[in-house]
Amino acid sequence: MNVKKLLIEPLRKTNPVTVLVLGICSCLAVTAQLKPALVMGASVTVVTAFSNLIISLLRKGIPSRIRIIVQLVVVATLVILIDQFLKAFAYDVSKQLSVYVGLIITNCIIMGRLEAFALSHGPIESFLDGVGNGLGYSLILVIVAFFRELLGSGTLLGYQVIPPSFYEAGYQNNGLMILPPMALIVIGVVLWINNSKTESK
Amino acid sequence: MSLFHLFLKSVFVDNMIFAYFLGMCSYLAVSKTVKTSAGLGLAVTFVLVVTVPVNYLINKYLLAPGALAWISPRLATLDLSFLTYILFIAIIAAIVQILEMVIETFTPSLYSALGIFLPLIAVNCAILGCSLFMQERGFANVGEAAVFGLGSGLGWLLAIVAIAAIREKLRYSKIPKGLQGIGISFIITGLMGIAFMAFMGIKL
Repeated sequence: MNVKKLLIEPLRKTNPVTVLVLGICSCLAVTAQLKPALVMGASVTVVTAFSNLIISLLRKGIPSRIRIIVQLVVVATLVILIDQFLKAFAYDVSKQLSVYVGLIITNCIIMGRLEAFALSHGPIESFLDGVGNGLGYSLILVIVAFFRELLGSGTLLGYQVIPPSFYEAGYQNNGLMILPPMALIVIGVVLWINNSKTESK
Repeated sequence: MSLFHLFLKSVFVDNMIFAYFLGMCSYLAVSKTVKTSAGLGLAVTFVLVVTVPVNYLINKYLLAPGALAWISPRLATLDLSFLTYILFIAIIAAIVQILEMVIETFTPSLYSALGIFLPLIAVNCAILGCSLFMQERGFANVGEAAVFGLGSGLGWLLAIVAIAAIREKLRYSKIPKGLQGIGISFIITGLMGIAFMAFMGIKL
């Protein structure tokens, strides 16, 4: 078992978002600021890791005809735990994320990893694979959120980063970056850079 | 807000793809030709029209705080809303399964058109997302929920057919190498989203 390979490869080489194009569904809407993006990334990592672990433990007992329903129930239970946890300890962020926490259930990364990996591998490997893919996903969210918050509101995690003297000299925040469609364009550019780098190797 | 306004609002202003990014996975994966994307769009609309009202009733009579009062007054203080996700997704998966069987038995021609897409729909975020938005907005009756489902579904259909038509034409254009395929689709969707934002200023 190659721990490093399971954890590191999904960050770049088999990144679930940029290479496999999974799980972009619900989550671009949370990248207008860095903080909700971090929370979302962490939640998805936890859910992917533990659902992979649980399904891997159950994999010999699940009849293959009803496996989708079983997987959905396991994932939904984990998401409910995350949702209640966020409501209790990070209420502001959970309000910001609103329905997108619930939409982790239908995030294709989770179902994709369950189908492609957890059903055919042992529990520890599956857990690590879940962590790796969750981190790969978080990486993209954080990159997109970093640029959108920096250019859109001049802050990072709520702290002012661009010095006031810039604004006095005539610099203005790019209001377009906060609007939802810009998330798609930023991720398109991230994909472009990523693809050209992989090709040139 | 009248039903017609609600309908227009859910098609254009609150478009599932351009305003909320819901159902992006199948939107990007299936939008290679206009014909298949129209099939998927129809299937999504169909499932939304059925699941949103059903989930509305589930929410109203089972999940919302105090919703169980109709069984016995002693249950009026119960709040089951933490079960929302698990019940909604179970209902959606079950309805998709039932719909598939019903369509297969009664209208084989429709089944051959929609058939392959139906299983995919259970895990389409647009379906669950629409039910969750319905819960968040608190509609007054089942009719409003059904119209919201229909409007959102048609909005999704419109978006996927539009991008499929553009992607069919894109085959003849010269795109930088790293941007080909998914990359350019993202950027086009973003630009379409900016165009759709024009609708946001409309007061209905």
